[in-house]
Amino acid sequence: MENTQPPAETVDPNQMFRVALVSADIEALSVLPSPLAPADLIEVKKNDWGRLGQLASAQNWRWAGAWAEDLGTEFSMCACLQKQGRYLILRTDLPADNPALPSHAPYYWTADRMERHIRDLFGIRFTDHPDPKRWTRHKAWGETAYPLRKDFPAQGHPAPETPPDNDYPFLKAQGASVYEIPVGPVHAGIIEPGHFRFQAVGETVLHLEERLGYVHKGIEKIAEGRDPVGLLKLAGRVSGDTTVGHAWAACMAMERAAGVEIPLRAAYIRGILAERERVINHVWDLGALCNDVGFAAGYYQFGRLRELWLRENRALFGHRLLMDKLVPGGVAADIPPEAAGRMRDSTVSLRRELDELLPILDANSSLEDRFLTTGVLSCELASALGALGFVGRASGQTFDARRDAPYSPYDRLKVRVPVETQGDVASRFWVRYKELRAALRLIEQMLAELPSGKLAAEWQTPAEDAEGFAAVEGWRGEILCYVRFGAEGRISRYWPRDPSIINWPALEKLVMGNIVPDFPVCNKSVNGSYSGHDL
Amino acid sequence: MLRLYGKIFRTGMLTERVPTVPREEAVEREGARLKAVIDKRFRGSLAIRQVDAGSCNGCELEIHALNNVYYNVERFGVHFVASPRHADILLVTGPVSRHMEAALKRTYEATPDPKWVIAVGDCGVCGGEFGVSYASCGAVSEVIPVDLAIPGCPPTPLDLLRGLLSLFVNPK
Ligand code: SF4
Repeated sequence: MENTQPPAETVDPNQMFRVALVSADIEALSVLPSPLAPADLIEVKKNDWGRLGQLASAQNWRWAGAWAEDLGTEFSMCACLQKQGRYLILRTDLPADNPALPSHAPYYWTADRMERHIRDLFGIRFTDHPDPKRWTRHKAWGETAYPLRKDFPAQGHPAPETPPDNDYPFLKAQGASVYEIPVGPVHAGIIEPGHFRFQAVGETVLHLEERLGYVHKGIEKIAEGRDPVGLLKLAGRVSGDTTVGHAWAACMAMERAAGVEIPLRAAYIRGILAERERVINHVWDLGALCNDVGFAAGYYQFGRLRELWLRENRALFGHRLLMDKLVPGGVAADIPPEAAGRMRDSTVSLRRELDELLPILDANSSLEDRFLTTGVLSCELASALGALGFVGRASGQTFDARRDAPYSPYDRLKVRVPVETQGDVASRFWVRYKELRAALRLIEQMLAELPSGKLAAEWQTPAEDAEGFAAVEGWRGEILCYVRFGAEGRISRYWPRDPSIINWPALEKLVMGNIVPDFPVCNKSVNGSYSGHDL
Repeated sequence: MLRLYGKIFRTGMLTERVPTVPREEAVEREGARLKAVIDKRFRGSLAIRQVDAGSCNGCELEIHALNNVYYNVERFGVHFVASPRHADILLVTGPVSRHMEAALKRTYEATPDPKWVIAVGDCGVCGGEFGVSYASCGAVSEVIPVDLAIPGCPPTPLDLLRGLLSLFVNPK
């Protein structure tokens, strides 16, 4: 099934939400014009925060993220909702001493970890949060130290040695023949660190609890005080495999804050870079999924195709992973006609290779055996979790920011969004495969239409306090970004939201009832970024 | 199945020639000596345990690429192993997040002597874009002894391969 159009809807969802607020006697101020456009901004009282979550959930808004800010005399707290391609940001202020407000976690699973992250880093309490456990904080800073407060120095006050985080209260299962398997943080492969705690009976997983935060590098904190170029260097390293995606989101948020319009040629080149990133990562994931079920031939074939594109990146753009190719106001890489011709050739040959691999993969019973019905995420659960990207789209969630909340250049392109409803590893495999093909088509279309013009607009230093919000569709799914400038065009707040923080909980759910040996392939089929989650 | 075999045969062998370190007399001499040491001590097989101690995952992508058909490091006798207890070399990417400090030290302790540590990527070498902060210890050498640094953001597979070879010609 393939959706090419967003669902037709006549009523503006933001309007409906405002009507609901009035009916619930909730005092709310629509900030006009919205400083976070195209997202709308509504300011509310902190005591109404919980009811807003409840209302939004009743109206089927997707809860997309939350961030806080230390404004000196007070804190501000924002939650981002999305429905039918419209973004709505709720904002409230909290007193600086003993800040507390009701939680959104009772209404949205997704709010759970993000609110715990905010509590660990800002010391904002969520009074009715169902899970009191810390999340991002291990043992690198104390329980009453809050790194994202402005009076906390970026250097912190680290102990000579950070002790291991060995007293996290994992859920325990009791009973005859129930046993526990601790895995990580150092895993058995070339992979990022994190901890998984399984409760199992025989081979069956009863429960999985993820413990992440091992690669927390203080990204939000060390962003403060950077200039736009410096922020982009950092944004490009939030998750190395999504360097274009995060750099684009950061650029867009900063450009909106500064009121800079980028040249159309730059938008197209960003689009081409982003689609190349999508192609390369999907090709890699397809290979890795083959590898996780012992189909080495698939692993080597996809690995070969990936390497060809990485080399082409290096030849055409000077970097295999495309790091640092975006600049504030545009791009730092051009696509001369020879390069366009070369890229066209490589899309044609990749498509030919995929055509050849498709029947091999499709007819391979060992893949079928391991992929089908493994790691099922039902459409209902995917919707409740707000699952993004290929994880969501393999389970009936159709959202794709490129099509549903389009930004330049996608507002001029036809973006096909493959969707499946089976929700198993096979679905996630095939959705990637189809997305890969759709990305090739987009690259061809963008190359054909590549407008002439400048590569970058002149940067204008934004006013102090200027803020911007952006949503772009990275290869893993929707990436959000919020930026606020301080004095002299320096960053005072940077909040990147990788799709991984939304999708990680899906793994806990979809692995239940599966056998322990299928965990690697389940994990790979979701492929969350640890770095993008831990920040 | 025939299709699969067809694809495999048509793809053929793609593995490229060994990129060698520059041919200098001293290098050749040291290399020959070290080769003898490695052949004797490692019996021609070198085991690497990769440890991500806080990277952005970019370095991991390029380390992975060492195993693709173009680089195919296994042919040099280099294997990526699942446990530090089987490893001769720790290939560590950084910066070392404070939350990974204890795990990295334990991994180091779990690796039997003699062992070598290679810090990979600008982050592993000097802290890179993340530097030292409340959350980051910076360079790998801040946490465990490092024998060799391979800079780059990320270093390419070729850089990694050259780095590995240079470890052999500059023994500790
Ligand atoms: S060196 Fe570069 S690619 Fe490697 S972890 Fe650091 S930022 Fe990422």
